[in-house]
Amino acid sequence: MFEKMTVEDCLNSNREELIEQSLERIRSTDPLIKSFISVAEKVQINDGPYKGIPIAIKDNITTKGLKTTCASKILENYIAPYDATCVKRLKDYGFAIVGKTNMDEFAMGSSTERSAFFTTRNPWNIDCVPGGSSGGSAAAVASGQVIASLGSDTGGSVRQPASFCGVVGFKPTYGLVSRYGLIAFASSLDQVGPITKSVKDAALIMEIIAGKDPFDSTTVSRKVDFLSQIEEGVEKMKFAVPEEVYEYEQLDNEVAERFEEALKTAEKLGASVKRVRIPSMKYAVATYYVIAPAEASSNLARYDGVKYGLRIEETGLKGTYMKTRNVGFGEEVRRRIVLGTFTLSAAYYEAYFNKALKVRRILSSDVNQILDRFDAILTPTSPVPAFKIGSVSDPLTYYLMDIFTVPANLVGIPAISIPFGFARGMPVGLQIMGKRFDDGKVLRIARNFEKRSPYNDNGRIPLPVVRI
Amino acid sequence: MSYRTVIGLEIHVQLMTKTKAFCPCQADVFELPPNTAICPVCTGQPGALPIVNSSMIDYAVKIALALNCDIHEYSRFDRKNYFYPDLPKGYQITQYFYPIATSGYLDIDVDDQTKRIRIRRLHIEEDAGKLVHEGDSITQAQYSFVDMNRCGIPLVEIVTEPDLSSPREARSFVEKLRTILRYLEVSTGDMEKGALRCDANISVVDETNNIQSNRVEVKNMNSFRFIEKALEYEQQRIIDSLRNGQNVEKETRGWDLSTKTTVSMRGKEEESDYRYFPEPDIPPVILSKDRIEQIRSSLVELPDQKIERFIQRYKIPRYDASVLAMNKEIADFYEACVKQTNKPKEVSNWIMTEMLREMKQLETEQINITPAHIFELFSLMEKGEISIKMAKDIFPEVFRTGRMPSEVLSERGMKQISDEKLIEQIIKRAMEQNPKAVEQYKSGKTNIVGYFVGQVMKETRGSANPQLVNEIVKRLLEG
Ligand SMILES: [Zn+2]
Repeated sequence: MFEKMTVEDCLNSNREELIEQSLERIRSTDPLIKSFISVAEKVQINDGPYKGIPIAIKDNITTKGLKTTCASKILENYIAPYDATCVKRLKDYGFAIVGKTNMDEFAMGSSTERSAFFTTRNPWNIDCVPGGSSGGSAAAVASGQVIASLGSDTGGSVRQPASFCGVVGFKPTYGLVSRYGLIAFASSLDQVGPITKSVKDAALIMEIIAGKDPFDSTTVSRKVDFLSQIEEGVEKMKFAVPEEVYEYEQLDNEVAERFEEALKTAEKLGASVKRVRIPSMKYAVATYYVIAPAEASSNLARYDGVKYGLRIEETGLKGTYMKTRNVGFGEEVRRRIVLGTFTLSAAYYEAYFNKALKVRRILSSDVNQILDRFDAILTPTSPVPAFKIGSVSDPLTYYLMDIFTVPANLVGIPAISIPFGFARGMPVGLQIMGKRFDDGKVLRIARNFEKRSPYNDNGRIPLPVVRI
Repeated sequence: MSYRTVIGLEIHVQLMTKTKAFCPCQADVFELPPNTAICPVCTGQPGALPIVNSSMIDYAVKIALALNCDIHEYSRFDRKNYFYPDLPKGYQITQYFYPIATSGYLDIDVDDQTKRIRIRRLHIEEDAGKLVHEGDSITQAQYSFVDMNRCGIPLVEIVTEPDLSSPREARSFVEKLRTILRYLEVSTGDMEKGALRCDANISVVDETNNIQSNRVEVKNMNSFRFIEKALEYEQQRIIDSLRNGQNVEKETRGWDLSTKTTVSMRGKEEESDYRYFPEPDIPPVILSKDRIEQIRSSLVELPDQKIERFIQRYKIPRYDASVLAMNKEIADFYEACVKQTNKPKEVSNWIMTEMLREMKQLETEQINITPAHIFELFSLMEKGEISIKMAKDIFPEVFRTGRMPSEVLSERGMKQISDEKLIEQIIKRAMEQNPKAVEQYKSGKTNIVGYFVGQVMKETRGSANPQLVNEIVKRLLEG
């Protein structure tokens, strides 16, 4: 069955029909799920070992000849003149890009409700959000529209939607995947990562997209092996669980139960689990919401109506700037630009931005110290399962849900979310964080949990049935 | 009443690296059609990222070394955020918090005095694009075009301490800086083409009442002359204000060429908050001591060193040495000529008067001749085949055309006559035509020799060897 196929499955089967099957699946299910902002009219076929495998790309990653909108009116008709490095690499290996997926505008949000165009539905329950910001990419994989997809993760934007949709989402070590062609939200936090139906698939895609890129000087030349140890066990490994997880008041009961089961599974796998304290973790969200908007306010300055994208002319240059940006950006984006502009202003730089940088360093040192003693840190990916569309309106509540995912971005370490049971009928994600460049180990640990999960469906992660 | 002027400079130097600061586009965009040297990076396309051009770093280090700066092993890029159509990313990549170099100095000579001007900082940044207004001026234009060729061209900004105390000093500082930049071959230093841009902060202290005026920033001074003129004007304007008890606004003023005055561009209340913060797309620049030393050892001899060497080695006056060293090409040319002629003082005189005059007249900075030209010219003089006067006469043509002196001479039929028989003939003829003069000589009026010499020179249109003529006249008159 096409919709359940993994990359690995595709490698072992006839691939001639896959692209057509993907397009057909999109035609039949996307009116309901709405994963895609645009679907390729003519899918480009590329040679390579992965020839004919259809994947989807989040709409903030540039694709030559296909629109890249960032789910924003300001880039509604923007076609980039170049492929992002990660896209180019996928194409070089034969992957076929069938379309661009929905997201929160400029990746600012956790539900796709902040898309300027429409909200994607969760394939498990179409009344619920798919998570975000890479909600379209997660829903497209979960609903079997594509074999795999790329998302981007600035504060959890790959892991949280993967968790909400019951699929695998991996955020690599910062610097492993080129950001060239990833439309920047917060440059020091952004990282492209795969969303897949298996841990192995995530490793396969990482093998392709990771590596030094001469077009992104924040990439590192260090070679990381994602795949070869993935089937090894985790006996004698030591996992840390932050006390702060239990102290978080909004932690959903059923999510907490699944997490406890995961910890038991860890012990069954021969690993040990110990509670630790990461005191600075409680400042992570606040730190994140100073640094990310600050960088965003600068990164989004280029959308001024002068060179490309939307332009609404008004009297005078300033008038045109104001009108274009007021109409072109949605409320959440404008909120964050204002926030970032404020914290970077000369009068508040020390009190906010610079202080946030200091806390970021403290958090990094705290987390790294834990990771010197443990093989991984485990947390739920999100404190809550997918919520109903329209049910969360207060931005603060919304931001606080990022509590478990933002530390990995602030510290720059690898983190994965894999499905581990359900809460209120919706998938729950287990997050595994590892040391910088320990991406291979994180994938290996995830693979062990995936194998041992009591919620498996014939040894695989369960996928939703989308009724057409 | 006495007034003291305080000037500090902010100078932008366009580096002549092959490619731009952060992308592979060519950096020499002079006279290119608009928007032909651009790419996703320098036009701020979504998703594009900057990559540091390492020769830009080397160039900046060279300048910093030549300006005696402390070069920092750790420096970093930052973003300077503001909106303008010529700034495609909405921010300029610059070095704000950790510049590549600080605390340097440059010695300048003003009125035979050497003065040390301290350099506060030196940092790297990228240039912005250019707006081309439809119609004649920005105020009348219905719309403007943006040419992004210049976006991302590497610049070095040099900020001095307020150590300059006259417009004259400001000018000499910039002139000296340009000489150094050209020596280093890191910039054309062309002010007219914007490769060297100078802004100044000027204030005046009323020493009698011990009051210092506000600082005024002066821009648009795009030649050495305008630096001096604009600052002279501004200095006087501030002094007049102080004298009349008026407040001097803290503002930015521009030099207006048409009125030869400075005019207000923007006031204090319009100062922007640039929201500087570390550029997350570029890792810090780490310069190893080895790399700095490597660059230091590759530095050419700088003007001040050259002046000292010229004085020592060629025994020419300091003044001569400084004039020659002002331009590296001229200095090199001088040395090559001395090597061939072995006449350091004569060659220096010749270059400083004849050649520099010619270059000034032609408004060129190029030397169209080789040391062989000078060597031939000097040999001809030495052998007595031509007089100094003849040499001076033909030199402009030699310099303009690049033809050898002997060629020009023979074409003009201007060979010096040293043929004794021919000269004798001419003198004898003159004696025959004027027996009275011969008598006068014999009666003791020896200065009549000059008369006969003059006759010969007249007859030969100045091409006879004067010394020889002199001897022969005397011999014949005696005889
Ligand atoms: Zn470029």
